[in-house]
Amino acid sequence: MAPRFESVQSVRDGLKAVNYLADDGIAGVAFLADRLGKPILVEGPAGTGKTQLAKSIAEMTGARLIRLQCYEGLDESKALYEWNYKKQLLRIQADKNSDSWSDVHDDIFGDEFLLTRPLLEAITAEEPVVLLIDEVDRVEVETEALLLEILSEYQVSIPELGTITAKQIPLVFLTSNNTRELSEALKRRCLFLHVDYPQMDREKEIVLTKVEGITEMLADQVARIVRSIRQLDLKKSPSVSETIDWARTLVLLGINNIDAEQAKETLHILLKYQSDIAKAAKELSVD
Amino acid sequence: MLDLLSGFIIELRNAGLPVSLTENLDAMHAISHIPLEDREAFKYALGATLVKNNAHWRSFETVFEVYFSLRGPEYKIVDGEAGEGSLDDFMQQLQNMAQQGDGSGGAGGMDSLTPEELMNILMNALMNGDQAMMRALAKQAVQRFAGMEPGRPVGGTYYLYRTLRNLDLDGMMDKLMDATKQQVGGELTGLEERLERDEYNHRIEQFKQEVEAEIRRKLVADRGAEAMAKTLRKPLPEDVEFMHASRDEMQNLKKALQPLTRKLAAKLARKRRHGRKGPLDFRNTVRHSLAYGGVPAEPKFKYPRPAKPELIVVADISGSVAAFARFTLMLVYALSNQFSKVRAFVFIDGIDEVTDYFKKTEDISEAIHRINTEADVIWVDGHSDYGHAFEVFWDKFGREINPKSTVMFLGDARNNYHASQAWVIKEVKQKARKVFWLNPEPRSYWNTGDSIVSEYGTHTDGVYECRNLRQLEAFVENLV
Repeated sequence: MAPRFESVQSVRDGLKAVNYLADDGIAGVAFLADRLGKPILVEGPAGTGKTQLAKSIAEMTGARLIRLQCYEGLDESKALYEWNYKKQLLRIQADKNSDSWSDVHDDIFGDEFLLTRPLLEAITAEEPVVLLIDEVDRVEVETEALLLEILSEYQVSIPELGTITAKQIPLVFLTSNNTRELSEALKRRCLFLHVDYPQMDREKEIVLTKVEGITEMLADQVARIVRSIRQLDLKKSPSVSETIDWARTLVLLGINNIDAEQAKETLHILLKYQSDIAKAAKELSVD
Repeated sequence: MLDLLSGFIIELRNAGLPVSLTENLDAMHAISHIPLEDREAFKYALGATLVKNNAHWRSFETVFEVYFSLRGPEYKIVDGEAGEGSLDDFMQQLQNMAQQGDGSGGAGGMDSLTPEELMNILMNALMNGDQAMMRALAKQAVQRFAGMEPGRPVGGTYYLYRTLRNLDLDGMMDKLMDATKQQVGGELTGLEERLERDEYNHRIEQFKQEVEAEIRRKLVADRGAEAMAKTLRKPLPEDVEFMHASRDEMQNLKKALQPLTRKLAAKLARKRRHGRKGPLDFRNTVRHSLAYGGVPAEPKFKYPRPAKPELIVVADISGSVAAFARFTLMLVYALSNQFSKVRAFVFIDGIDEVTDYFKKTEDISEAIHRINTEADVIWVDGHSDYGHAFEVFWDKFGREINPKSTVMFLGDARNNYHASQAWVIKEVKQKARKVFWLNPEPRSYWNTGDSIVSEYGTHTDGVYECRNLRQLEAFVENLV
């Protein structure tokens, strides 16, 4: 299969065209994932654009995005496939008299009665797809094993049907908020990408592209203040999405030059804990 | 190339990173797709395939710097060899660098500048955030001030110290702020001043890193990558010993603590919910059977709900073990919803209850700070006296220990040869559910000198060595 990306630079430019500003690491790993045919495990604090990365890559390559949201209690029948019991029952009842048992038996375990779930859908798709397995750290360790076959071989084994192999190798993203250590087996199969809070310059660029009608100066101020706040010892540092929300608010309020007073009044958009807000407000006004 | 890479991977393993064989192979595949001249891409290719935990990234970066630093664009990786360490090479490197520095900095003849002029250039570079200039200056500064001699067995930190001492970066900060004020013409508002200060801090930090990298490059050239990697090997955050952590390591530890508590809390909550199945819940089964026309098709079970333990922490906060006590308290309080009640006592030679400090504020570090400044823990001279502290503890609070409580003693049991009063522990043990002792000292030091940990230990349910975050985590997990 032909590689999707020409070079690291082309990944970066492509992402920029769909309003996602990637740094060297992000673009490089995405490029490698395509060349090596390996999934990417994206880790990092909440709200730094992990999910957005998968979406943007899908948009950039014109692929369909298939998303599997993980949660506790996710199982095979919701992630991989399920037999359509109702239809199977109907089928059996419809031919009560005519067919012999073996015919029916073979028939009801056919493609027609298979309900595909995200993982199976991703590998049976004819057109290019991007598979996003979101918040994979939320499933139990045992359920993780479900993913292993598809991640390393791009195939799914169904006992009644045999093995279904991928028609084309999808680009797979797994995201994790790191609420627990993922198993070695899973990590081993993936490329690892840590997405952290961006450097100030990049954050400014992000604000500029994402917020309409913002002036260069305001974006610069926003990025600087956010960087200062992130240096404090907080329960939850402001994420990129919160920075963008804050910048939008400032634009809506018609503020062009933030002073300490205005910053304090709008801090609750940036920070979500009362103790954090109090601390940041104190820091910003004292010196 | 293969040799170089396998040397690199062996060093990573030595530094404590778990690198498996398949990951090794992946790395080999990965770099075949990357143009080797592009150093950043090369680094990320190796990082993505070899490092699967963000906490290990720093160690990886250090090793990478050492192994691949001199093989920049001008020394293509393809013909690089691991151990080029001869003196000739070194001298040539120095010259090359000097030339390069001049070239990219655009300030011809930097060698002839006086220190004052150099400082001025540095200040300008910092003001404007001129990266190329800063890099060139870092090279120049190292060459001029570090006084490096080939083959001299001194660590990189010594050179770093010498260079930075000569540059006086703290003074630079004030000068930069003054200059900014002049530029704006008048006073800055508080917010602006803070932002400027952060900006300069950031740049100075960058500059320091440049200097450090420069020194490292030279040392590698002098001694060879393997020897250098060995001296630079630092423990991973979870392996840093509490008692000997430097300030930097403390910061890292603190950072590592937060995700750890989050992880631990999630794990514990999960464990509680997904316990073994209990006996049949008859009522519930019958109720559900209605849906199947009275056939009990879906049996329901009672899930055991283990009672949450009550925790009493008694911590020595005298100088030698203060850091350890602080970390344990932070960890315990971050997990406080896993316990029905947490009470904390701290002592040196007197003892004081500090539970209220944690109740009043949400911010754990603030509570810790208050403990350090306000708690009344000194009775006579401020040297550890476990015996007296325990005696007072028993008199004042002994009544409140009940069969539901788990008691944790933290300390190195270095009692300065006072009376041990080990009977207190024995009494506590009789009343409490469990009694544990955590000792931050290596096991081999126990019972040496004035340490009497085994005298206390015989009365407890177990004495645990808790030197680093990994051991602490394992203990707390078992505790709940």
